Amino acid sequence: MSTVSSAAPAGAVKNNMSELQAERLRAARWFLVPMVLALIVVAGWPLYRTIYFSFTNASLTDLYNSKFIGFDNYLRWTTMKSGKVLWGGLLADPAWWNALWNTLRFAFTSVILETILGTIVALVLNAEFKGRGIVRAAILIPWAIPTIVSAKMWSWMLNDQFGILNDLFVRLHLIEKPIAWAATADTAMFAVLMVDIWKTTPFMALLILAGLQMVPKDIYEAAEIDGVHPVKVFFKVTLPLIKPALMVAVIFRMLDAMRIFDLIYVLTPNSSSTKTLSVISRENLFDFDKFAYGSAQATMLFLILTGMTLLYIKLGKVQLDGGDR
Amino acid sequence: MLWDYTKTTAFYALVVFIVLIAVFPFYYAILTSFETGTAIFEINYLPQSLALGNYRDVLNNGSFPRNFLNSIVVASSVVILSLFLAITAAYALARVKFRGRSLLLMTILAVSMFPQIAVLAGLFELVRFFGLHNTLWSLIFSYTIFTLPFTVWVLTTFMRDLPVEIEEAAIVDGASPWVIISKVFLPLMWPALVTTGLLAFIGAWNEFLFALTFTSSNEQRTVPVAIGLLSGSTQYEIPWGLLMAASVIVTVPLIILVLIFQRKIISGLTAGGVKG
Repeated sequence: MSTVSSAAPAGAVKNNMSELQAERLRAARWFLVPMVLALIVVAGWPLYRTIYFSFTNASLTDLYNSKFIGFDNYLRWTTMKSGKVLWGGLLADPAWWNALWNTLRFAFTSVILETILGTIVALVLNAEFKGRGIVRAAILIPWAIPTIVSAKMWSWMLNDQFGILNDLFVRLHLIEKPIAWAATADTAMFAVLMVDIWKTTPFMALLILAGLQMVPKDIYEAAEIDGVHPVKVFFKVTLPLIKPALMVAVIFRMLDAMRIFDLIYVLTPNSSSTKTLSVISRENLFDFDKFAYGSAQATMLFLILTGMTLLYIKLGKVQLDGGDR
Repeated sequence: MLWDYTKTTAFYALVVFIVLIAVFPFYYAILTSFETGTAIFEINYLPQSLALGNYRDVLNNGSFPRNFLNSIVVASSVVILSLFLAITAAYALARVKFRGRSLLLMTILAVSMFPQIAVLAGLFELVRFFGLHNTLWSLIFSYTIFTLPFTVWVLTTFMRDLPVEIEEAAIVDGASPWVIISKVFLPLMWPALVTTGLLAFIGAWNEFLFALTFTSSNEQRTVPVAIGLLSGSTQYEIPWGLLMAASVIVTVPLIILVLIFQRKIISGLTAGGVKG
């Protein structure tokens, strides 16, 4: 090979190279087309249609003979003869505000607790001790169980009459008499949070553990020789070093928590104290025959999530992109 | 000395506590699944009976075997489809420099974070338009929205870390990009393919919202929907024993897979979620 290239004039080699480059670019384009097309069909176009429907009065039974009604699904008002103004649309809908409050309450509480508990579990797994492999395998179990299955498992354990948790809590004198956890308005959110934290903390722990394992060991040794208290080492050394990994894990979890549907739908059906934005949106789309209104609620959730993500990336200076190397 | 001893004990107590909480709900589901009749309503912390009645009922009656098969068909098809689309795309994204590459990668990441509900109305329209409603095709088609971006992202990260030399040698030999992918990269990529395929499989296996919306008959449902909608005529008649048996059946294969591929899954999750 080398004899060929050394014999050929320099210009020809350069030409060959750029031709090769051009061929690679052409191939790359063809390689990308199916994937990009697939994403347009399953993501781009449906998103556009959802937003479009949110500006119409389409119903489930009649998608196509709908009228364009502007922002009426979001906010509208009519002035009565008496001068009284009647407000409509989702921004004037107490059910929407209730769902927003539930969603935020759920998302922030679960993510904060999962981060703290996940860090604790990750620190435990980062220590060297006998049986570490077993512990890591054990914490993968909640993550591997399908959400619907864990919802059912927990609703059985939380059952008011025959649930084992009520029995356990009564024996431990934590509660006086059995509670219908999932069915009572005051405790329903608590039940949902309990299951979600149980299921998702392992995921957080593994992501944080990956960050922890990139912290060089000699830092700890140096700190130990200098006699720095381990708690201080954690907050002054470990935490700043794993912060980038932590920040990304938190935003992923946050976006996931904000759109929660399945756990709430199965664990606490029809409880207004836990219904989230996704739940009421699907209700309007398919159960109440308010397709356009449900689309507006879905669009609104999308906007909220986009806004949150951008704000978070800007404020936290998160590095999300794989970037060029 | 005493202080050290206390510290070690406290540490192991914490370890035991973590393991207990992680494992107990599944242990209790197994325990319940082996109880029939009124035994179910006695609260036991340790196994008391080993009756297989619930398993027999779940596997012989109703549509559960069909649902199980549906879940396998849907999840496997989605995995094959997304891996196929993702391998070539990942090669282009990882190995070829072109304008707009970063933008495309960011878009893919953004799609992977779409709330499913935001595309539900539009997807429903598409599914109905193509006459796919209440067929498994609707699920295979719609699940690519969350499996594809993830697969592309992880495979791209993996391919980018492979050394340049192996590809250069192939280029010098005059191999076309397609040959480079299939003959040079593919054999090296089995670990990454297994990991992403497995994670995509789990994602598709567990999916609920699309399956609930796009299928309507018992025969077309996947397991999560079948379990989610299984209930008695009143709140007091929920067949807990059956439910737990069904839950154990759908979870055991996943747990076995996850435990076998533990290390790979952890590295796949971290590659998908965190840039080092």
